[in-house]
Order: sequence, then C-alpha cells, then structure tokens
Amino acid sequence: MNAHVGTPASRVDGPAKVTGQAKYAGEFAAEGLAHGFVVEATITKGRIRRIDTVPALKVKGVLDVLTHERRPAMADDDQAWKDDVAPEQGSPFRPLYDDAVRFSGQPVALVLAEDWETARYAATLIDIEYQQEAFSTDLEKQRAHAFVVEKAEQPRGDAAKALASASVRHEGEYFVPTEHHNPMELFASTASWDGNGRLTVYDKTQGVQNVRNYLCGAFRKKHDELRVISPYVGGAFGSGLRPQYQVVLAVAGALALKRSVRVVLTRQQMYGLGHRPASIERISLGARADGTLDAVAHEAIAVTSQFEAFSRNDTGWADLLYKSPAAKSVHRLARLDVSTPSDMRAPGAATGVYALESAMDELAVALKLDPVELRLRCYSDRDQSSNLPYTSKRLRECYSQAADAFGWNRRNGEPRSMRDGSDLVGWGMASGVWEALQMPAAIRIVLSANGHAEISCAASDIGTGTYTIVAQVAADALGLPLENLSVRLGDSSLPQAPVEGGSWMAATTAHAVVHTAREIRGELLKLAKAVANSPLKNADVDDVLLVDGKITSQRDASQSVSIANAMRHGKVDRIEKEEIHHFADDKSHARNTHSAVFAEVKVDEQLGVIRVTRVVSAIAAGRILNTKTGHSQIMGGVVWGIGMALHEETVFDHRFGRIMNANIAEYHVPVNADIHDIKVIFVDEPDELVNPLGIKGLGEIGIVGVAAAIANAVYHATGKRVRDLPITLDKVMAR
Amino acid sequence: MVEKQPQSSKPQSAKTVTADPFAPPDRLAVALVVNGVARRVDVAPWTSLLDALRDHLGLTGTKKGCDHGQCGACTVLVDGRRINSCLTLAVMQDGAEVTTIEGLANDGALHPLQQAFIEHDAFQCGYCSPGQICSAAGLIAEGRARSADEIRELMSGNICRCGAYPNIVAAIQQVIGQS
Repeated sequence: MNAHVGTPASRVDGPAKVTGQAKYAGEFAAEGLAHGFVVEATITKGRIRRIDTVPALKVKGVLDVLTHERRPAMADDDQAWKDDVAPEQGSPFRPLYDDAVRFSGQPVALVLAEDWETARYAATLIDIEYQQEAFSTDLEKQRAHAFVVEKAEQPRGDAAKALASASVRHEGEYFVPTEHHNPMELFASTASWDGNGRLTVYDKTQGVQNVRNYLCGAFRKKHDELRVISPYVGGAFGSGLRPQYQVVLAVAGALALKRSVRVVLTRQQMYGLGHRPASIERISLGARADGTLDAVAHEAIAVTSQFEAFSRNDTGWADLLYKSPAAKSVHRLARLDVSTPSDMRAPGAATGVYALESAMDELAVALKLDPVELRLRCYSDRDQSSNLPYTSKRLRECYSQAADAFGWNRRNGEPRSMRDGSDLVGWGMASGVWEALQMPAAIRIVLSANGHAEISCAASDIGTGTYTIVAQVAADALGLPLENLSVRLGDSSLPQAPVEGGSWMAATTAHAVVHTAREIRGELLKLAKAVANSPLKNADVDDVLLVDGKITSQRDASQSVSIANAMRHGKVDRIEKEEIHHFADDKSHARNTHSAVFAEVKVDEQLGVIRVTRVVSAIAAGRILNTKTGHSQIMGGVVWGIGMALHEETVFDHRFGRIMNANIAEYHVPVNADIHDIKVIFVDEPDELVNPLGIKGLGEIGIVGVAAAIANAVYHATGKRVRDLPITLDKVMAR
Repeated sequence: MVEKQPQSSKPQSAKTVTADPFAPPDRLAVALVVNGVARRVDVAPWTSLLDALRDHLGLTGTKKGCDHGQCGACTVLVDGRRINSCLTLAVMQDGAEVTTIEGLANDGALHPLQQAFIEHDAFQCGYCSPGQICSAAGLIAEGRARSADEIRELMSGNICRCGAYPNIVAAIQQVIGQS
C-alpha cells in the first residue's frame, strides 16, 4: 500500500471548507427552531437564593426560561454524568441541576426565544439574588493545601541523597498560567426535535458517541432515541473531548419546548468551560561535571476544581528523555473554585516538559556545556521508569537534523553575544516527547460494483486531517483512486470510534481501515474464484491485492480478475463489511514520539519586545501518512508553543474570582504578524513494532518543547531567565 | 448580597416610545445585493449583518467566532471592501452589495484564493477560512500588500487558532503573483 499513503495529498474536505459549504454544529437548520441564550453566575461561589424570571418571560417572543427550579428531569447520580473522559474521582458538573454556584461564569439559566437576539435581550432582564461564600482562585495561596495524586511510577534510587551530593545542581520553579483553548468556532449545539422524545443533536465535539452516551445517561434515554452528529469541528484542541454544558442545555430546552433548540455560547461564556490548569513545576537536577545526571526530581502542583480531580502526567517525562540512576516525582492538585480543567494540546507534557527542558538549559549553563551536547550525554535508549526499550527512538537524528537546518554550529554560547542591529539575538533549543497511543475502532466499507467505496466511522475530524488519511489508507487498501472514495465521519450511528485525542486517531483509524479492507478483499476473492477459469482459484486472501480496480495475485500481476467482473458473476452490486479492530496488547516496548525544537528570538534591547523569527522542529513519529496535513499539524503545534511562551494567559482577579480577559483580544493568541519562519522536518523513523503500519500520531508532539526552546532563546539573547509564562516584555525588562 | 444583572439600554426601534417595555423592536425591511442577487430581509434594528446573513439568509459560510470584531471569522466584502460583518448592523447596510464566501466561486470554478488555500493547506479546521479568504480578496483589491511581511501585518485581523499562518501567507502570495 503505497500509492497514496505518505504523499502530500490535499485535504479531501478542502473544497467544502473553502467554499463555506462545510456545516458546523450551530449551522444546521431545523424546523421550528428556537434559540437559547445562557445566563451565567456573577458570583464565584455560593447559592442562588432567588431567581426572578418574570420580566424575561414577559418579553414577546420568549418561550420559556429554564433554571434549576424549572427544567426537564435529569439523572441524579454521578455515574450517569460521567463521560468517557471524565476524571475518575469526583462529581461531574450538571448544568441547572441545583442552586449551588461552583465557579464564576457557571450557567444558571437558559432563556428560550423565537430568535437569538430576543433571547439575548431577555437574558439581561433576569434578576438573581445570591448568597455568597468564601472562595479561592489563587494557586499560589492554595499550594500548601495541595494533595498528592497517586501515580504508577515508583521512585528510583535515593533522589534526595543523590541531589545533596551532586557536584553540580540546578533547582528551579517554573510557572504555567491558566490557558484557554479558544477554538475559532463557538461552542454550539443544535438539538433537532424529531418527535416522540427523539432527538438529533448537532454538537461541537471530539467524540459523537461519547456525547450520545453522556446525554442518554443524563436524560435517561435509550441509544436509539438520540443521535449525535458532528461532521466538521471548528477546532477543539481538547476542549471538545468532554461534552460541554451547552449540549445539555440544548437538549433540555428541546425536551422542555418539545421543539428544536439551538444554544450557541458567546466567546466570553467559553471561559466557563475547561482550560489548561495553572501549574507550578519544580525541577531539581543533580549532575556530574561530565554532564551525566545523578538525579532528577519533578514536583508538579496543578489546579483542579472543588468537585473533580483532573490531572495529567506533568511529571515522569525525564525518564523517557534522560538517563539518571535516581528519580523522584510528585504530582499534587490544589482545589480552587474554578470549572474543572480539561485536556489541552499535549496535556501534562506541554507544561511538564517546558519546565524540564528549561531546567536542562540552566544546567547546561551551569556546566558550561552546549545544550545539545548535555542532552546527548544524558541520552537514554530505554524508558527507565518501565525499564523497557523503545519500539523506535530517533531523537538523536532529530537533534542533528534540526541543528544542521538551524545552523546551530554558528551559535556563540555566551548570553547577549549575538546581535542584529538594535536587537539582541538568542538561539535556544529543547527536546519534546509524547506517547504513541492507539485504540480499538470499527470501520464500515461499502464497495459498489462501479468501483466506488464509502468508508465510515464515528470518529471526528477536528481539523487534524482524519477524512484525508482515512481516504488515503483506503485508496491503497482497496486499490481505488481517491476520487472514487467517500468518507463519512462524525455521526454516532456510524461504527464505533474513540474520542479524537491523544494523537491516537491516525493509527487507530488507519489500522481499522486496513482490517475491514481485508474482509472486503476476502469476499471479493470468493467471488473471483467463482469466475470461469479464474486465475485466482488457489489464492489465499493474503496472496492477493486490490490494484487499479482489480483483484490481483501478489506473485504475478497478470493473474487478476476485475472487481466489476467478480461482482457481476457473483450477482452482487455491493459488498459491505464492518469490522472492529483491536491492537495486539504488547507491553514489551515503550511507545513514544520525539522532537527537537530550535528557536531564534530577536529582542529589542530598549523595549524588550520579543519576536520568534525562526523555529526548526524535527519530529520522529514513525510513518507520516500525509506529509502536507502532517506538516500543518506540527506547524500548528509550533504556533501554539509560541503562544504559550509569549502570549497566552487567562488572568484572574482573585478578589472576585473572575476572569478579567474573557475574550479573544485580551487573551492573546498568536496572529499572523507574530509568526515567521517555521521549518518542519520529519525524521525517517521506520517502526515495525509500534503497530503493523508504523504510525505514531502527530497531534500533540508539535507543541511539546517549543515554549522551553523559546524561553531558552530569550535567556541566550538577554541573559535574563524568565521562569513564569508567558514571557512578556515587562518580565524581560524587570531588573 | 444581591447581584443585579446590568440592564441593557432600551433598544432603539421604529417606535421609540412604546407602551410595552417588554416588546422587542419592530422589524425593518433591508434590501441587500448578496453575491449578485437582490435579497430582502426583515430584521430588528439590533440584528448584525453577520446574523442577517447566517440566520435570515441561510448563508452560514460566514462564521461567528467572537461577535466583537476581535477574530475576523465573519469577514465579508461590502461594496468591495473587507469588513467584520459582526460590527455592522444589517440596517446600516441597506442597499449595499455584499460578497460572502458562497459568492466567490464562479460557476462552480473555485476562486484562485480558494484553490490556493487548498493547495497550500492554509487551514485545518476550516472555521476561519471563509473570513481569511474574503479578507485576502479585500487585501488584494486594496493593492497594498506585496511582501510576506506586509501580508502578515495586513492579515492580522483574521485569527487562525490552528496556526496555518505561514501557509495562508504562501497561498496569498501565490495569487498576488498570478494577478
């Protein structure tokens, strides 16, 4: 299978997206559609004493106002509200469930009206009396009360002792603020009332079946009463992994009115959804003068909500990157009065590796070693925490190829030594690492006698390119041109798929396509054998390939039967197969992707303004299914890393517990003028162990390490080490 | 303590003095030429051009990303100039010619910018793309941008959270080079 896989094929959904024909969740028409507008709590913690909806209900065109006192029945047990991605511990948030206010921006009412503007106006007339309670949104104030999260990793050696006796030590505390995903599409759901309590829900989500199961739990519905559809998703980055509250409100509204309801959140309201939790990352490194490590210790203190314990792996990455006889990590959570944090691009790694790679740079300075050289001296060929070899690890090649492309050998290691006119120039680097994950999934293929095939799966494409890679893999597996294939995704009634996250969707869907295609091939072979004088009479399913519309012997290409001929003889006009694919449960190797990121910054010496003028990111992630869309994924990760390093921060006023920049102008994200030269290199990394096709996934690895490379470059340019993100000019200028 | 939601100022309407403070404003007829076709919408004075296009004319190709003129997803061409359609009321555009993403292709043939965006993979999720493409069409018509730096600066009103910026610049440069 090679004609399409690995090529820079353009996105198969490109024409729909550039012509405005691609429909997103809030754009589906429904007969008799009513519109909902959310009213949010204006306090951070307490109780709703009284909620006056009378003035709003008087507005002409208002149909109803839902509150905790007036809403359709909802499940009253936590289990029913737990979605596939919910933290194991805790009680998931239930919108409009009771009078408790748990975080600022929590939805407390839904105004339903004939049109959106009327609903929005009426929402301003709702009068709420609260009883306030004491709260805290300040991680620094609560860090002493943080509790330890149980982790599988065990300490190795005596890290404290090794640190105490190390000849060179570096200890540093790094801070990552709360960040919000801010996908371009507003969170939206259109609940289409199909009569008799049946609903079709168009939702912005990374997992239609997760949302279906969740809604069925929350509203006690059967799976065949509720269908969730999400063909296109306007960005998500983790924010759509868990069902968000607007989908509950849209369904509640539809059940209350017995008609279709759309709920679209405002940009401001989206700051009441999940977020990357603020975290304090403490790294301690003990080294010998030769640059080998004696000990690594990582303590992370991250935010969670009062009602759920959300945590990801901030710690533990050093074991994958660097050899060290002693290692210890502790992960703590501090409970704050905020909404539950959620996965956000490379959750845990983006933050933990930022701290680790910043600390490694500081150690290199202390050791007077080149930062690349330090990493090579600590290079580990095994995952030390599991003591397993890798299925593949071409991180050395990442370092060398990225360094060459960047021109690293021209670097003067002395801070403030490189200049371009009035700008200080800094060159920094960092490593990145993520997991190569894969999940069970099912694919249905319907092959028609005219040589067209439809491939379908409930998986989402959130912009990652799933439509395109599924088409490419199917084209090769079925021997058909891309234009003969149609791919259907994002519908809960289609074959089983996991949520789209963790960089697992490429490996997951590709193997499922190949698996089902083999069944199609088997069925075709059966038909082909029945053809008179069939040259494939003695062939086995794995002896034949589908090529150019023919079923062909692998040994002798002249031995073939056309698909059309085989199906005509068999008197069938279509072959349909649906198979679920499970990966072998092989725990004999560690499975990871790696990267080396090199960054150049130019810092205005007088003003402290920082520009990232060049980034080179070399990625070792197994087989790249599509070099064009894969390149875009990594480039997008680099842009996210630039935002994380220099721009992004959700700012709280802790006196009120409120977010002060809940919009997309004052929450800074990179704009076009912030982004300059980004070079992506895919290091050749054949891997026959990770899975049969050697696919490792690309969604997360692009961001990991980028913020550290930039922070290290800022130090190199200015001599100033800023350890709390984002690195803004005031921090660079501070004496 | 009692928290009061701020009361929005009473909307202006054709009948500014109305006996019923709970009555939404009356709708007004607005004539627009959208993608070359004369259209009439009856909208309240508080309806933005963006909502008129999406909710009243069913042209959902124009996207809402912030409703505050911060993201550029709603960019359309009004009388040939690129504007944020969320920052103008439909009633203010009575008689205007509006071009949206649905009006750029010519008889099924993609506009050169649409083709270039596909070739250069100048998007991932696609949600900002209609605004980016309309903005780029407006930019090219302005004739100001030649260098990559100028394109970057003059396209900075259109946020792409997927981070496709270098590909967006390459796609626009290709089309400028062709024209």
